[in-house]
Amino acid sequence: MKTWFFTEDAYPNLPDDETYESVRVNLPNKHFDPVLGADLYNMYLDMWGAADEMGLEIMLNEHHQTATCVLPAAPIALGVLARETKKARLLILGNPIVNRKQPIRVAEEMAYIDVLSRGRLDCGFVRGVPYEIAPANAYPYRGSEKLWEAHDLIMKAWTHHDGPFNFEGRWFHARQVNIWPRPYQQPHPPVWVTMGSAGSAAQVAQRKHIGAVFLAGYPGIRRLFDGYREGFLQAHGEEAPLDRLAYAAIVCVGENEKEAENGTEKLLWYIRSNKVAPQFNNPPGYHPPAVSANIIRGPRPGEPDRRDPRLETQKARGNVFSGTPDQVFQQIKNFWEYSGGFGHLLMMGQAGFMTYDETLKSMKLFTEEVYPRLKELTASYDAGVMKEIRSSRPDVESVDTGLLASEFVR
Amino acid sequence: MDLSVVRKGSGPQILVLHGGDGPVDRFPFADRLAEKFEIIQPVHPGFAGTPIPEHFDNLQDLIFLYLDLIDHLNLSDAILMGFSMGGWAAAEIAAINTQRFSKLFLVDSVGIKVGGPFDRDIADVFATSAAELTGLSWHDPSKAPDPNSMTDEELQVFASDRIAHGLYTWEPYMHNPKLPYRLHRIDIPTLLIWGAGDGVVTPTYGEAFRDMIPGAKMVVIPDAAHSPHVEQPEAFAKAFLEFASK
Repeated sequence: MKTWFFTEDAYPNLPDDETYESVRVNLPNKHFDPVLGADLYNMYLDMWGAADEMGLEIMLNEHHQTATCVLPAAPIALGVLARETKKARLLILGNPIVNRKQPIRVAEEMAYIDVLSRGRLDCGFVRGVPYEIAPANAYPYRGSEKLWEAHDLIMKAWTHHDGPFNFEGRWFHARQVNIWPRPYQQPHPPVWVTMGSAGSAAQVAQRKHIGAVFLAGYPGIRRLFDGYREGFLQAHGEEAPLDRLAYAAIVCVGENEKEAENGTEKLLWYIRSNKVAPQFNNPPGYHPPAVSANIIRGPRPGEPDRRDPRLETQKARGNVFSGTPDQVFQQIKNFWEYSGGFGHLLMMGQAGFMTYDETLKSMKLFTEEVYPRLKELTASYDAGVMKEIRSSRPDVESVDTGLLASEFVR
Repeated sequence: MDLSVVRKGSGPQILVLHGGDGPVDRFPFADRLAEKFEIIQPVHPGFAGTPIPEHFDNLQDLIFLYLDLIDHLNLSDAILMGFSMGGWAAAEIAAINTQRFSKLFLVDSVGIKVGGPFDRDIADVFATSAAELTGLSWHDPSKAPDPNSMTDEELQVFASDRIAHGLYTWEPYMHNPKLPYRLHRIDIPTLLIWGAGDGVVTPTYGEAFRDMIPGAKMVVIPDAAHSPHVEQPEAFAKAFLEFASK
């Protein structure tokens, strides 16, 4: 299993959340102190540099108009890391190509990073979360169609080497496409796409790209990964390889449970601070009508709150892997088996006020004591055996992580 | 393609183009008008549970659909009336050709930009909280649609209406930069009806709109905001009937 370290580059020094409507879109940037920002940006780049030295891969993402992620142009940070790192693969997950108006520019930026890093780019494309709509001024209806149109244009820009070609699609137009440079990796860098539904997963599978899922946990992971696997089998007549699927979770490893708990509480800033005004969470056309209607209505009485930020809840749901190395391994293994397997772990290893030293300590424990076992786990993968394990385990909303750890000890 | 058209009353015909809140035929003002006129109200595709056609991208698709509808119905000497976004569509249609129409009514209409790039001429209804939007849109907030009192089905229609509203108006937002250069072609008597307290498009915006249409008049209705036809049906019907009978 490849593990990719990422931090969202948060600006955590926020005013009391009672004083603002939304951390996304409309929180005035007077609250951003550029001097502190400079320290934070350098610290985050140092963390990625440390990941490279430890043997972890690197992942970056971008958001706009939000303190939860003050990296509004991930390709720029990726350009820095292409020079400063030596071995790590460099994953951007991803380029918001539905909202960006120039796919060709994305193709050029990515080709540059791939060449500069001598072929270490992994290139993700995302539709983006709903609160990205207002900053981008992009009408989100038919977002999936726009994503694939931009994708098709970028893929051809990367792989066509005989002079200009023409593209006149529904949303994007470019009549003389002939990018310089072309990518270092041939025919093109590995492509990742995030998946939010079984249908979107099948579309990723049809193209043999890597499908990534963020924090879907036990309640959502099977639907998404199964959607991918079924789509892959139908399109290609063979089982999807393990390395086509990725899962992103919050990960914290401590020398003891207390230390891990302290670190994880800091990481949960990511969930706790995501105060989003409803108008930015539900722009017209982003969600299907039924989903949009549910957001307008709000949770029904007795309905579980999936954003419940308590550590135990998030652990039980499979969104957080936290504890001693043994516990974390067992939590990941359990989720991995439940999900049917995946080849990439996207490790949110820093968030909020978690310090450089705390982050590196957790990364180091992960790398030395958890990572080798995860690599063994995936090396032992057998599709037939996995099917048996999976079918023996019923669908669940959550698991008892305490029980997991004790089982492992036994 | 299928188009849902509501017809109500009998008499001289009014082609009614509803706004982003959806069809208006259920409101009491429509009953008043239907005593003397026939209301013909197409339901904009995407509203009231109807599907958005695959090729539809923006308001121009609606305008050309209605040019076909107008020919199909063989309208003659009809009144054209539009509300908010429907007023924008009505102004566009009238700027293309007024031959089948006798009068034009624009009610709290969007469709033009009157200020500079940094001026927000039209409230950003898609990025405004529900509470604030109610304040901008309604003189009496209790008249505003209340999602909490809707059935699941009604709420889903409400959500679908928002999607269609966004489709027709997203960018350039609620206006066509070319429209001010075309409004001079409108050569039929035109009345703008405006709610005095409209915070989505203010009466000042309405005045600028009026001044772009040759000879257009404007009536401002007190104690009303973006939907004077809902908040003050009697005053609205009176303004309409007076101008229609001229």
